[in-house]
Amino acid sequence: MRKALTYPSHTELSSMSMRRKKHVWTALFLILLFAWSLWQTESSLLDFINGFSNMFDLLIQMVPPNWAYFDNVVPPMLDTIRMALLGTTIGAILAIPFALLSASNVFKNKALYYPIRFILNLIRTIPELLLAAIFVAILGLGPLPGIFALGIFSMGIIAKLTYEATEGIDPGPLEAMTAVGANKIQWIAYSVVPQVTPYYISFVLYALEINVRAAAILGLVGAGGIGEYYDKTLGFLEYDKVSTIIICTLLVVLAIDYVSMKLREKLL
Amino acid sequence: MKNAAYPIKPKRSRWKLWSIYIVLFLIYVWALSGVPLEGFKETAGQISKAIINGLFSPDWDYVYLPEGEDLLRGLLDTLAIAILGTFVSAFLCVPFAFWAANNLSKGVILTQSGKFMLSFVRTFPELVMALIFIKVVGPGSFAGVLALGLHSIGMLGKLFAEEIENIDLGPTEALKATGANPIQMLWFAVVPQVIPGFISYTLYRFEINLRSASVLGIIGAGGIGTPLIFAIQSRNWSRVGIILLGIIVMVTIIDMISSSIRKRIV
Amino acid sequence: MIEFKQVSKIYPNGVVGLDNINLTIKKGEFVVIVGLSGAGKSTFLRSINRLHEITSGEIIIDNTSITKAKGKQLLKIRRDIGMIFQSFNLVKRSTVIRNVLAGRVGYHSTMRTLLGLFPPEDKKLAMRALERVNIIDKAYSRSDQLSGGQQQRVSIARALAQEAKIILADEPVASLDPLTTVQVLEDLKTINVELGITLVVNLHSIELARQYATRIIGLQEGRVVFDGPVEQATDERFKEIYGQPFEVKNNEESVNLPISH
Repeated sequence: MRKALTYPSHTELSSMSMRRKKHVWTALFLILLFAWSLWQTESSLLDFINGFSNMFDLLIQMVPPNWAYFDNVVPPMLDTIRMALLGTTIGAILAIPFALLSASNVFKNKALYYPIRFILNLIRTIPELLLAAIFVAILGLGPLPGIFALGIFSMGIIAKLTYEATEGIDPGPLEAMTAVGANKIQWIAYSVVPQVTPYYISFVLYALEINVRAAAILGLVGAGGIGEYYDKTLGFLEYDKVSTIIICTLLVVLAIDYVSMKLREKLL
Repeated sequence: MKNAAYPIKPKRSRWKLWSIYIVLFLIYVWALSGVPLEGFKETAGQISKAIINGLFSPDWDYVYLPEGEDLLRGLLDTLAIAILGTFVSAFLCVPFAFWAANNLSKGVILTQSGKFMLSFVRTFPELVMALIFIKVVGPGSFAGVLALGLHSIGMLGKLFAEEIENIDLGPTEALKATGANPIQMLWFAVVPQVIPGFISYTLYRFEINLRSASVLGIIGAGGIGTPLIFAIQSRNWSRVGIILLGIIVMVTIIDMISSSIRKRIV
Repeated sequence: MIEFKQVSKIYPNGVVGLDNINLTIKKGEFVVIVGLSGAGKSTFLRSINRLHEITSGEIIIDNTSITKAKGKQLLKIRRDIGMIFQSFNLVKRSTVIRNVLAGRVGYHSTMRTLLGLFPPEDKKLAMRALERVNIIDKAYSRSDQLSGGQQQRVSIARALAQEAKIILADEPVASLDPLTTVQVLEDLKTINVELGITLVVNLHSIELARQYATRIIGLQEGRVVFDGPVEQATDERFKEIYGQPFEVKNNEESVNLPISH
């Protein structure tokens, strides 16, 4: 313990100056990083000012929104919600075995849970739009590849969150079910499942929120939903229609977020 | 009967459970009714096989090509987009964060309007933003930077505002007592408290931005996404394989670096 | 009947948990294991239903070796041994009745238990068990709404619904206040006397042990240092063994340490 009323010793002073040196190096590094990324992306500070101000001009063209276009937007928007729902469901089902196999307190074998966790980590590094592009190549255009892409993507999220929650459960009931003579499946069903279920449902709802946002853009690669309408209307420079789509997307996202939040509050 | 004395399952919970089942059932009927589930291409199996083959025999030659347009340059471009987008948002979100934070003595209306602005920006998908910026500044990395920058303001602003709301107001008062002006109070009492949190959230956002940056190219906003979507469209699966591998390796390495820095800060 | 034959347990870090234990617990006995913290009481109890593996020797339950049992046979032996824990080990979010029925899973197919389709007789059995420990009115309450003493009685009901021939109890009253302590131990005593279930209970308190046990086993560093009927377990005898008064009151903190002032 350092006493309160001593002057900084020589070593402390030098460590202070070392810290300052470290800060200078960090700042220098950040500036270099900034400069390099400006150069790499071929952009300049002036571009930023121009970019944001041009954006402003475009925003002005977006008002007022084309309300008549609303009728055209609703069906693909509903498709988007359907895709998100089905994708989340697939992800939620696939996540269960992965989550259980990854939890070190359910299956104590390291040779089992490390590889499974590795696969989960791999899946989560692949963005959903990429998955969708690949599934479009396999299955053709339409919502089906979108649903599969969302399913795989949300499986990664739900499984990771659920296995982490599983590792935090009360070990008492686990021991009690072993003592009762339950087999492995009964043991999981009666001690792990009831403890994890509320968390799991909450994570599924969270994944649904993410998937609604994601589903809204999957159409950009031909995987169904509202996304292709962005592409179409922007292509024809119909900015008033674009803003109609944006407003519709925002409304849906906010509505789903709200419902999901309320449900999650009730659960935990 | 003897068991008549035993309590029976309360009716209310049973009723509640069944209504949940029915609602869920209706939702799924609705969801499945709208989606055309047929229309599998007959070649699906064949293509899947080709993809898996391609993924397991990546096109190593693509990693570096002297004439350019190779994996390394694509990844560097992606990294630069993510870095620049993160820089932009980290700086631009600070005023918004102070605007939205509710503890630095401002009106409720002001705070709420700030919070609303941030959540509005946040719900706006970054790819749609990128599409719009492509219209504004033309296709290329710069549109991607702007899209990431603007989109991240929404989330970073919210996290920063929460960080500001959690500070200890004691030091501010102490400085006020010594006669400091508002700017001095901010600089000496607020900033030191929020900096670690700001850095940590910025790094976290950087990890997310890197993933986003890797797909921006699909719609023409720069980075590795462009060669990737070309490779997918031209069915060049071994090239898709090497690009996917490249993305996974880059994202994993950056995640590791970023999370180790975050751990040291907090 | 539980037979310990030269049972030893050495933990991987070299600590001796049990040291060459040879004894037999007969059907219908109420055995209380006493000893200081770390004496091996918990290891002793958990080795009976093989929640802990022993390193050498053999434990035989009703003429079947649990040490050598594998797969289904092990599960079946465990099914016949109920267990009660210091921290109750109920699933707190589940209803009381579901926690009690969890004791029945060993009797049914995996599929049936997964669907929660217990036969009506099982439900009656569970209700009777709850009735016996006087919390039948809480059957459909969530377990975390119950007090500690009530939760412990639910876990006794679980062991009863299990139709166990032996019940192991690991510090069943250490988390309870004196009043509920007495209620829980009375429940256990009644079960022992009326149903003839063998009870093996770990307790910190020699007072309580004398009050309820028919036989007391004292452990120290994994060895049996006392084994005999209650009448022989006098204060003098325990002072002789442990070199100090074993304890005064019936809670954990009051286990006396050597006085050194």
